[in-house]
Amino acid sequence: MSTQNESNRKGWLGRFWESLKKPTAKYSLGTLLVAGFIFGILFWGGFNTAMEMTNNEAFCISCHEMRDNVYQEYKDTVHYSNRTGVRATCPDCHVPKEWVYKMVRKIQASNELYHKALGTIDTPEKFEAKRLELARHVWDAMKKTDSRECRNCHDFESMDYTEQGRRAVKQHEKGLNGDKTCIDCHKGIAHSLPAMYEEDPSAAVGE
Amino acid sequence: MTKSLIIGISLIVWALVFVPQVMAQEEHPASLRGHKSIEDESSVPSMKKWAKDGEPIERDYVQQPPLIPHSIKGYKINVKFNKCLTCHSWANYKEAGATKVSQTHFSDREENVLANIAPRRYFCTQCHVPQANVKPLVENTFEPVKAIQHK
Repeated sequence: MSTQNESNRKGWLGRFWESLKKPTAKYSLGTLLVAGFIFGILFWGGFNTAMEMTNNEAFCISCHEMRDNVYQEYKDTVHYSNRTGVRATCPDCHVPKEWVYKMVRKIQASNELYHKALGTIDTPEKFEAKRLELARHVWDAMKKTDSRECRNCHDFESMDYTEQGRRAVKQHEKGLNGDKTCIDCHKGIAHSLPAMYEEDPSAAVGE
Repeated sequence: MTKSLIIGISLIVWALVFVPQVMAQEEHPASLRGHKSIEDESSVPSMKKWAKDGEPIERDYVQQPPLIPHSIKGYKINVKFNKCLTCHSWANYKEAGATKVSQTHFSDREENVLANIAPRRYFCTQCHVPQANVKPLVENTFEPVKAIQHK
């Protein structure tokens, strides 16, 4: 009597919590285990499927901000079309492969959804005005991770210097021995660069 | 009278119709496709490859813009950024081990020396060009003057 009054007072959330705390009298432990196991697989499979759906090029360029700006620029570059036909798509460079880092990046992406809703870069002009700031975010992230996403394919250890050009050998040796990472030199390889006056005043005319 | 008129007119008609045709056949320059009818397929010249990275190329005449001894595939020069200057600018040439831009490139056309590359000298590939090992289109027997010939 008193317990019923108590649970009535608690409301539906309280009652639900109460039922979670109590052992079930209806189902066997085996049933619960099997059901939990199956639901676990379904949940995890569904979760990963949903995440992979948001992790391909088609999803990236379903927004016009990506399709009309950065995607068009990328189509001119070696990562889109080259002699061996190996292609690196958006997530290959912009989403980490390891699960933990991937989850962190995916959670950060909610900020991008927020700005999509705000329309922060919904015109080419707005995008151009933000280009340096956005590029810096990517450069900083690459610098912090020692260009981890580049190295998924490009590994210093696997580079054959005899196959490289005179200038590339010199720079790569220096970079490998020093504290340089890929992005320090290879900026703007997949997208147009922003106005670079602040980054390297000697390599641009403007101010 | 009528006979000579008919002959005269037919001569003029002949001249107007056939002479230009014959002349046209003689004067027609060969098109890039060669002497081929429109239906015929023409062979496509092979794509030329840029020369591999090499040492600086000697100049053949005084005031010659130095040639680019490496590929510049994918290098962009636009209002925001100049890829060449990431190695050849005065700020970067030492670290990159590159030739630095000549100081003549800092002057505008009134000979005022500017703080950075003059806009009129900013577009490097207007004068400096990369090389490919191909057969010259026309024969050339040019020899550098003795004073700049290399021994």
